[in-house]
Amino acid sequence: MSGIAVSTTINGDAVEFLCQAEETLLDVLRDRLGLTGAKEGCGTGDCGACSVIVDGRLVCACLVLGAEAEGSSIETIEGMADGDKLHPLQEKFLEHAALQCGVCTPGFLMAAKDLLTRNPDPTEEEIRFGLAGNLCRCTGYDKIVRAVQDAARVMKGA
Amino acid sequence: MAHDASYSAHDFKSVGTRPVRPDGIDKVTGRARYGADFNMPGQLVGRILRSPHAHARIRKIDTSKAEKLKGVKAVLTAADLPDLTDGDVAFHDILDNCMARGRALYDGHAVAAVAAIDARTAREALKLIAVDYEVLPHVTEIDEAIKSSAHVVREHVSTGSVDPELNMPPNTTKRSEFGHGDIEAGFRKAEVVVEGSYRTEQAHQGYIEPHACVASVNSDGTGELWVCTQGHFAFRHFCARLLGMDVSKLRVTSSEIGGGFGGKTHVWIEPVALALSRKAGRPVKLVMSREEVFRASGPTSATSIDVKIGATKDGRITAASATLRFSCGPYAGSWAELGAMTAFACYDLENVRTVGFDVLVNRPKTAAYRAPSAPMAAFAVESAIDDLARKIGIDALELRIRNAAKEGTKSSYGPVYGPIGIGPTLEAAKNHPHMKAPLGKNQGRGVACGFWFNFGGQTCTDLNIGADGTVTLAVGTVDVGGSRASLSLVAVEELGIPYGQVKTVVADTGTLGYNDTTEGSRGTFSSSMAAIFAVRNAIQVLRERAAKMWDIPVDDVVWEDGHAKARGKGHGNLPRLSLKQIAEAAVNTGGPIAGHSEIVADGAGVSFTTHICDIEIDPETGGTKVLRYTVIQDAGKAVHPTYVEGQYQGAAAQGIGWALNEEYVYGKDGRLQNPGFLDYRIPVCSDLPMIDTEILEIPNPNHPYGIRGVGETSIVPPLAAVANAVSNAVGVRMTHIPMSPPRILAALAAERVG
Repeated sequence: MSGIAVSTTINGDAVEFLCQAEETLLDVLRDRLGLTGAKEGCGTGDCGACSVIVDGRLVCACLVLGAEAEGSSIETIEGMADGDKLHPLQEKFLEHAALQCGVCTPGFLMAAKDLLTRNPDPTEEEIRFGLAGNLCRCTGYDKIVRAVQDAARVMKGA
Repeated sequence: MAHDASYSAHDFKSVGTRPVRPDGIDKVTGRARYGADFNMPGQLVGRILRSPHAHARIRKIDTSKAEKLKGVKAVLTAADLPDLTDGDVAFHDILDNCMARGRALYDGHAVAAVAAIDARTAREALKLIAVDYEVLPHVTEIDEAIKSSAHVVREHVSTGSVDPELNMPPNTTKRSEFGHGDIEAGFRKAEVVVEGSYRTEQAHQGYIEPHACVASVNSDGTGELWVCTQGHFAFRHFCARLLGMDVSKLRVTSSEIGGGFGGKTHVWIEPVALALSRKAGRPVKLVMSREEVFRASGPTSATSIDVKIGATKDGRITAASATLRFSCGPYAGSWAELGAMTAFACYDLENVRTVGFDVLVNRPKTAAYRAPSAPMAAFAVESAIDDLARKIGIDALELRIRNAAKEGTKSSYGPVYGPIGIGPTLEAAKNHPHMKAPLGKNQGRGVACGFWFNFGGQTCTDLNIGADGTVTLAVGTVDVGGSRASLSLVAVEELGIPYGQVKTVVADTGTLGYNDTTEGSRGTFSSSMAAIFAVRNAIQVLRERAAKMWDIPVDDVVWEDGHAKARGKGHGNLPRLSLKQIAEAAVNTGGPIAGHSEIVADGAGVSFTTHICDIEIDPETGGTKVLRYTVIQDAGKAVHPTYVEGQYQGAAAQGIGWALNEEYVYGKDGRLQNPGFLDYRIPVCSDLPMIDTEILEIPNPNHPYGIRGVGETSIVPPLAAVANAVSNAVGVRMTHIPMSPPRILAALAAERVG
């Protein structure tokens, strides 16, 4: 059985893979490349648990085909920390207990990183609408919003 | 060693602080492994075929074409799952729900399964399975199911009682009754009486992680199951019994769990995955799609509840009664019973009576959902309480305070209360700035209170001290929201060492004694009690070892601040020994040092909460916006206050979603119309305000630190608090949850006509 050969850059590393035409980028990341940080909560782009950044754009990996990733640069949760040094968003999510079960957390962190890249000084309302594509069923979002506010403060000062 | 579980006052050093959770870094870096993140060598992909009909007789299943497809390693039907339940109705219902036996009872009911070398082949194989259905009449709506003309969902289900059985409407089962006093006399004494009928629609727990497992069964009868579950020991018990395996030969490991809220206390796909593995002779990974999660797992009951309350003009309730009907899917549960027990539990009542029935419908089996059944009962009762206050002409919060249960009150479901928090949460609400904040046009404020029992249960814990003096606490209660942090705090409090010196892990079923499921808000309550006792047993060993090192009697050794100290005459010059020093010497003083504890954690303290909600209505669209929300709840003792707040906030958010939007919608064909997060809309970040919390601490007398469970109670009041707020905003009583825009517009139209 032949597959489609795809060349990408993932978290800064050159990565090549073969995939079937119907496989999503999420399938490829999780099942072929062992990058299981992106989660499948729905498979229909409604929950944001599989959020990754492709060529600087936040996407649901379940809505992108693996074959479409040819030539693109992909950021996933596995590449967010710089070695042992956590990203300020990761630090603040821990400090504020912005996660309970944690399954939505990788998606929220990617979405929050994308938000702060585009808008380093968001209001509470801008954070709430900026993260409205990501579902969390545990926290009621209160501590997530506070963590992002706090991370934005730290990142501005850095 | 037996230990005293009763509360004694402590000057806490670690408990009450807010450190980072031990599993935190894994969860922010994507390293934490959830149900679908695990793989075994040679594993196959499992898929389940589900009934498209709400009710159908399965005449024949032809699997021959699927079996012949290259890459298919096993095809499974109910014929591969022989009935080993030996007349146990509850177990037979579980078996039947996992794989339909002759009749499909709801849209989404499993009828067959495959295991294949990859997802593409498995999908193809499902299409090749030919099921010959004879479609039968169905009923999905609770109020239709109890009409005398209703189609009977399952003929042979007992109503579960003797006397009223003859007059039970069709599809009702499991009649239960609670209360005390003389209800008729109570209503005769009443000067004001209110009555109301209320409906709530079916909601799903909505955990973001779908059910997932990897199963491996060997030819020698041993097996392994990796699974996202709230209770791996219970899953082992269910699966072993359904498949005829020896309990101890099936090792179940709980993965990190991506939300459960009660929905992961029941087995759905796991026995199927094990049976597929047994048949294929290879490991099988089985993961539900989101559509399957909605169609075939989880939902809570739809309900139909009648309430009547009478009071004197000075606001003292003289009688309260309720009839509660809870849908249970095609299998009887204890859902109405829990509603009947909790409905009036907040109040001190002389005369009270509740009657509950489960109602069979062609919908998925009802599953536990966070304080199961209490939110709907509270919606009905707390709405009626508000109506009563309005009719009498007193403040609704004041009416609740006048009738609140207190220590010594005989509860509406039987037991007499010890020290409880309902009065203090109501008083705190009365004094909260939220109650005094002004409201604008089209805005309303609602208050409601809620109760949950909390549960203790069987608990087993090991504490092992490493050769370097660091400590592993192994618990058997699955961590659903940060309990490893709180249990570490309890262990270091008791040992007198820093937080970083202990690592708490969730052990698998092969390495720890039986633990009940993490349900009933028992995780931190029961495992902390077991951890305290395990530490105390370990300290006994540490004292003995220190005594040996010093060559003095053990009675002359005390444990203080993480050190053994010698006391008494003649030992004055002995320098204290640290945990590390004793651990390093263990090889010469008797070997490894550990403490164990096996208990039934009785005495889970009951829990109460009061919520305040402000809402704004858009009269043009019927849309709503929650403006402000406050939760006040008794925690007994908040071990890790940030995670306690998180429980309050998360439960409130789930309740708000249920109150305003979430609803299973069935078509006339009996099929679920909205099995996805686009059309079954849970609250998103932009729907909610910050959720303020106030933690009260009224010690539970039956826990050494005074801890009560905190996880569930705060989902009880939101349906009512939001409904009371909306009712106050629109000027008409809302009686149907969820209060979606069409229902609010209809209420506004009725108000204009009226």
